[in-house]
Amino acid sequence: MGFKKLFGEKIEVVNVGLDSFKDDLEKQGEKVVNVDWTPPANIDDKILQILKKNKAKIDIANEKVLEIILNGKPYLVGLDIARNVIPGMKENLLLHSGPPLTWDRVCGPMKGAMIGAIIYEGRAKNFEEAEKLAASGEFIFSPCHEHETVGPMAGVVSASMPVFVLKNEEYGNYAYCTLNEGLGKVLRYGAYDNETIERLKWIENELYPTLKNAVEYLGKIDLKNIIAQALHMGDEVHNRNRAATSLFYRTIAPAIVQTCDEKNVTAKVLNFINGNDHFFLNLSMPVGKVTLDAARNIDNSSIVVAMCRNGTDFGLQLAGTKDSWFVGEALVPDALYFPGFTKEDANPDIGDSSITETVGLGGFAIAASPAIVQFVGGTANDAVNYTLAMYEIAFGENNMYQIPYLNFRGTPTGIDVTKVVEKGLTPFIDTGVAHKDPGIGQVGAGVLSAPMDPFIKAAIGLAEQFKK
Amino acid sequence: MIKSIVKKGEYFDSVSLMIVGKDIALMDYVLDATVVMATQENKSILKTAGLYLDEFEEYDDTDLLIVVKSDHEEKLDEIFKNVDNLLIEIRNKKDDQGTFNPRSLETAIQIQPESNLALISLAGRYAGAEAMKALQKGLNVMLFSDNVSIETEIELKKYAVENNLLMMGPDCGTAIINGVPLAFSNAVHKGDIGIIAASGTGLQEVSSIISEEGFGISQAIGTGGRDIKEQVGGMMFISALDALKNDENTEVIVLVSKPPHPAVLKKINEKLKKISKPIVSVFLGANSNLIKESGAFAAETLEEAALLACAISSKVEISKVSKYLEERSKSYEKIVTNEVKKISSGRKYIRGLFSGGTLCDETQLILKNNSENIFSNRATDEKFALTDSWLSKEHTLVDLGEDEFTVGRLHPMMDFDLRNKRILQEARDEETAVILFDLVLGYGANIDPLNEILPIIIKAQKIAPDISFICSVTGTEQDPQNRSMIIQTLEKNGVIVMPSNAAAAEVVKLIIKKINK
Repeated sequence: MGFKKLFGEKIEVVNVGLDSFKDDLEKQGEKVVNVDWTPPANIDDKILQILKKNKAKIDIANEKVLEIILNGKPYLVGLDIARNVIPGMKENLLLHSGPPLTWDRVCGPMKGAMIGAIIYEGRAKNFEEAEKLAASGEFIFSPCHEHETVGPMAGVVSASMPVFVLKNEEYGNYAYCTLNEGLGKVLRYGAYDNETIERLKWIENELYPTLKNAVEYLGKIDLKNIIAQALHMGDEVHNRNRAATSLFYRTIAPAIVQTCDEKNVTAKVLNFINGNDHFFLNLSMPVGKVTLDAARNIDNSSIVVAMCRNGTDFGLQLAGTKDSWFVGEALVPDALYFPGFTKEDANPDIGDSSITETVGLGGFAIAASPAIVQFVGGTANDAVNYTLAMYEIAFGENNMYQIPYLNFRGTPTGIDVTKVVEKGLTPFIDTGVAHKDPGIGQVGAGVLSAPMDPFIKAAIGLAEQFKK
Repeated sequence: MIKSIVKKGEYFDSVSLMIVGKDIALMDYVLDATVVMATQENKSILKTAGLYLDEFEEYDDTDLLIVVKSDHEEKLDEIFKNVDNLLIEIRNKKDDQGTFNPRSLETAIQIQPESNLALISLAGRYAGAEAMKALQKGLNVMLFSDNVSIETEIELKKYAVENNLLMMGPDCGTAIINGVPLAFSNAVHKGDIGIIAASGTGLQEVSSIISEEGFGISQAIGTGGRDIKEQVGGMMFISALDALKNDENTEVIVLVSKPPHPAVLKKINEKLKKISKPIVSVFLGANSNLIKESGAFAAETLEEAALLACAISSKVEISKVSKYLEERSKSYEKIVTNEVKKISSGRKYIRGLFSGGTLCDETQLILKNNSENIFSNRATDEKFALTDSWLSKEHTLVDLGEDEFTVGRLHPMMDFDLRNKRILQEARDEETAVILFDLVLGYGANIDPLNEILPIIIKAQKIAPDISFICSVTGTEQDPQNRSMIIQTLEKNGVIVMPSNAAAAEVVKLIIKKINK
């Protein structure tokens, strides 16, 4: 009895606190692991007690949610026009990224994108007319997330825009996303000039029908499989989509050649996809969406099913709290800025693309993508450490998405809000930064920590369910 | 003017921040500076220090406050940039090790599945929860942190006792488990003497003397100072007794503590009666008859306890210990005469400046036997409590490790600044006859204490060549500091270095007696 066991063994220490104690033990040749400890979130202890008391219930629900996420079978099954397929889509509705938002709180790039969409829809001729319309109440705004849709950066979707149609073959639900416009003056960064509108028209008139025919010809495309391969090829499919785009290109190109009669259009479409390393982003995002939407409305679950930003607010939703949004301020990222730009130029965090992190990709899979960490000023070792840290707040590990360097360990999957608040550690999001003025575009990139506030609110929201 | 920068959500441990804070204070154009997490306690410290800004109200525990006071507004940007660099340096030092540092105890255990001990030194308000997590994962715990509530302590120890785990602390600074010194402990020989201590420096002194005598330690278990209070009921003391009783490598057991609460002492005595191994106890300030009843040998001082244990371990007649100590006292005559000669008339008081609390207590007890009035910030008698710890009064013994000195500062065993200032302050006092101090070596303590204190002693000797400097060094030759070199250098510079804290107190007692005749 007693501590006989300890006295007989060699001591192996976990050091939590002063680093010098670890150094002293190491100098003596003892085994010691240091915990890089951070305080828990600043949250009422009563809330933590409620969550602790209900841990068994939460874990059972979370197991179910994780199972649904892992079983998801996201396929690209077609393309269509938003008004035909997106639930609730109307002529005077503009979808946007992030949590709900009113016109008076819209940030620069989002405003530009909404104005661009109104011009694109032919409802206004110029900025002034469009702005007047937008402010008049004539147009209504709603988050993409509430319409089975996601959008990068401003994420604006209007009725005439073509969208990818994804289906979760396991659970039968759908998700939608527009087609990626490439870089430069693009709607998602708030550009609304002629060049932008013309490109959108070209997408509608040439790219969309060509892709639609090609996908129809193929029947469906297994996107989970493409992502799993892309992770082995250096992508994390949020900030780096080069491999996934290439794999998609290999899949779709023969079908385009087969189905498109006009040589000229074929060349243009193929060159467009080939020339845009981010083309696949608008597929990896709805993969996240269609996978996670199937896991909504599982009572008691503390797993995040949506995490997004609208350039003003950062919002999230839990599987266990129905349609509630938990919202906090979106922060200006401490990113690596491109030459000529500084933090002063940056818009607060924006876009639905953090759906990739939510499903176990992006920042959570960044160990598979050392190249992207180098791009934002880090080392390969940083990349590994980012992913390892995310296992701390993930409920489980992915069965399909793997990290080669970690001996093909599954990516951390299913952000558990109870772990986030307990460990004081928020998700890493691997993202691009938009200029605060409309239409200028990307000014930086970085791996950012999500703000703690929305997670605290979500923990409170979940705890309140147990009070009922 | 005072300017600040706040970094939201950037957490650093307090020691890292104190190191950075010290560096900033040394920068050009900086009058005063501090870097702290925005906790309630830190905010109130800032208020007292006159470094508080109203905007701090909205920040909390996880936000970092950098405050700089300077007359040179134009230099502030540069100063803050330098602070940033210091913080980055500290952060990188952490990150640069290439290996992944887990963010939680659970993950640490995944990485090192055979972990059997958690060493926890977080701020008190977080430490209890973390300790409980460790116990629940089956780990023994050494809880270094103070400011953990007694309710939490009871809860932790109950759980530990029920699950046969070691729960050392809260406020346990010293332990040696399986020969490995933890936190503030000394590198000692392995041997058959087991120690249970409710006092950190007491444990350091006893284990160091045993090791320097050529004997060794099997286990040295710290319980934290409150274990022997009525509420905690000696839970860990008693379960450590059980453990050492059954430990085949332990032949002698030494108990080190302040006097336990009578109810706790009764429990301990009952337990002792059931242990056939010889027991030596040093309950500083307790009536030794209380413990003798249990059959234990009662020592008056830490040194005596150590020597008794050594005698028992080597099967030497224990009466030889008291004879040896008596003889040694007689041999102090020459030292005392020399020192008294040095001290000018009019100088009549002892000023003891300690980094070890128990060493301060022990000295008080030894000097009290001289029926002197001894003032202290750790006085057992209210009558002799210092009204202001920063100012000495007649005979004064100060523990610089007490809260009033360590808020926002490193412990005096690491950071010598405050005591150094106090040495000079005492040297300037015309009534000071003797400056007595301790040097505690070992892991955790300042790696180069001589470099810290020697220039100050030389300076103090210049201010007052007619003061006697007496010290004792707690530590072993195997400690990371060079013990014998430290002793030789101090002696070369006119400091009387005694072989133990008790011996130093003894000499001081004799000097005081002589000059006040």
